[in-house]
Amino acid sequence: MQKVVVYDGSFEGFLTVVFKVFEEKIKQVDIQREGNVQASFFGESEEVITNKTQADRVWNGLKKKLTPFGRNQLYYSFLSELESVENILLDYIQQVFAIPENIEKDFSNATVLKLSKIAKSVGREKHRMEAFVRFRLTKDGLYFASVAPDFNVLPLIAKHFKSRYADQKWVIYDIERKYGLYYNLENVETIVMDFPKEFDFTKTSKDFFAEEELAFQELWQNYFKSTNIESRKNRVLHVKHVPKRYWKYLSEKQPF
Amino acid sequence: MSFERIKEKLNILADAAKYDVSCASSGSNRANTNKGLGDATGMGICHTYTEDGRCVSLLKILLTNHCIFDCAYCVTRKSNDIKRAAFKVQEVVDLTINFYRRNYIEGLFLSSGIFKNADYTMERLVSVAKKLRLEENFNGYIHLKSIPGASDELMREAGLYADRLSVNIEIPTREGLKRLAPDKNREDFIKPMKKVKNEIIQYKAEKKIIKSTPKYAPAGQSTQMIIGASGENDYQIMTASNFFYKNFNLKRVYYSGYVPISYDSRLPQIGSEVPMLRENRLYQTDWLMRFYGFHVHEIVNETHQHLDLDIDPKLSWALRNIHEFPVDVNLADKRMLARVPGLGMTSVYKILHARKFRQLNWEHLKRLGVALNRAKYFLTCNSNDFERRDLEPEKIKGLILQNSKSKFRQTTSNQLNLFG
Repeated sequence: MQKVVVYDGSFEGFLTVVFKVFEEKIKQVDIQREGNVQASFFGESEEVITNKTQADRVWNGLKKKLTPFGRNQLYYSFLSELESVENILLDYIQQVFAIPENIEKDFSNATVLKLSKIAKSVGREKHRMEAFVRFRLTKDGLYFASVAPDFNVLPLIAKHFKSRYADQKWVIYDIERKYGLYYNLENVETIVMDFPKEFDFTKTSKDFFAEEELAFQELWQNYFKSTNIESRKNRVLHVKHVPKRYWKYLSEKQPF
Repeated sequence: MSFERIKEKLNILADAAKYDVSCASSGSNRANTNKGLGDATGMGICHTYTEDGRCVSLLKILLTNHCIFDCAYCVTRKSNDIKRAAFKVQEVVDLTINFYRRNYIEGLFLSSGIFKNADYTMERLVSVAKKLRLEENFNGYIHLKSIPGASDELMREAGLYADRLSVNIEIPTREGLKRLAPDKNREDFIKPMKKVKNEIIQYKAEKKIIKSTPKYAPAGQSTQMIIGASGENDYQIMTASNFFYKNFNLKRVYYSGYVPISYDSRLPQIGSEVPMLRENRLYQTDWLMRFYGFHVHEIVNETHQHLDLDIDPKLSWALRNIHEFPVDVNLADKRMLARVPGLGMTSVYKILHARKFRQLNWEHLKRLGVALNRAKYFLTCNSNDFERRDLEPEKIKGLILQNSKSKFRQTTSNQLNLFG
């Protein structure tokens, strides 16, 4: 009989579930995220409390079987938050432990290939955020960016922005997932912010942003236009590279 | 800073710089030091794309579009009646820093028209880079133009602050250059290129002995050739390209389809089509040379001087060398797999790993993302179902074209529509 297991949505929570599945030799399992549980008429449902020790044991086991490449595939795929990605991950982990060789590059294995495709999409989204984040200087001298990535990639981009903008305070806020990264000139912390009611993420209001901020956005937009070669216009290619869903957070795409 | 004035200059000087197609920001290894601004260790990032679909990675501008030369193909040529402007050194520094802080760009690409003389111009370019590095502690990417004819001393200094240096050959042959840019000669281009190449070699050697040796142009050199302005064929262009790769250790050669900008009778007239498809084929050839293990003369040679427009250069090569096929996907070495039409290096990599686990069949290849509509005529795998007919190359080409709807086919039909 299929068992439904509910966890808190964290990576450690997921690894705890994996531990439980191995420990209790559960045959058929459906892993679901808290707050995102699909109603099921059959089978029992059980909540799993995240346990760091158990999670670490699974992770250390994986370290012995996989190179950083394989572990990245796992973690990246997990951050996709795709519906029932946990079940694919579990299948992958079970195979990793069952097969003597390291399977992370067996692209003729359906599960490995599936995971590598998901990880690739997440990697692409990570790269897009490194490209499409647009900081705006606030009145308090903080560089603020709001984003709404397809996947939960903030944990993946912290390092990139920390080593790049080491001398300015910045915040990258995920509007959809309602949390952000804050760099305080020393470390990057995860934060949750309360925004005033009148705050519009897509506008650069003088109430919140520095005097010269809009002028730089305008310069950038001018540059964006001047550097285009009209006789080579290729809108299909343009939209392919910069999909429309990202436009609302791009300074060069704002109406003035 | 006066935003209105800056805006005007930016419009003029970005517009004038846009025909330089290089926008790479990768290949450097400059890390953030002392909690400064910027980091150029990673891969390049395209922060946005223009409406013509080109990557925007760097703030690409001219320091000035005043120029003492009169090269026919160039929009800033002396005799052209256009608005002229010049940035002050500090203005470029401020723009770069403020754009960079907002994550608009990976760094600066600074070129210039030649005012007064080569050294005077080069000195100004170097002083922008120097200011960014020393006063602003900027560790982002800097690409400087080597001004033809600049002194060795200035070129040496330029490499200490820039990540990449480039000098554009523009016209692939000596004769073409003479006709279109009578003020310039080829040796003026070669000289700074040679100097930078030698400095790179020397700094690298010293670095092995003394760790504190400063970086010198860590992202190397590149150049650009204009395509379709002076009548060269693909064989001449790729031979020139190969020459520069081999002799000057260039990181990249760029091919820029000529955008008509003048009524000069020596050049294609305004309104004539930009040869974008041809440009694409040249880039494909360039890739085959650099990543796929082809020698340039396997692709273009005395008897085959023009690249096919309707099929890609690798397919074209395979059809001319049909005796080398089919190859067994489970046995062929990396070099040969890379030569199969429809297999990119990513597919090759996946195949090499996957076949360690089991014999691959068509289904595996399809799932891996191999373009089977092309590859199937050149491969066998763990399956009895393979192309048995002894097809003539022409026949294969016809079948492939019939069953593909690629981007270039659309272009050809668009071009036809213009006349239809």
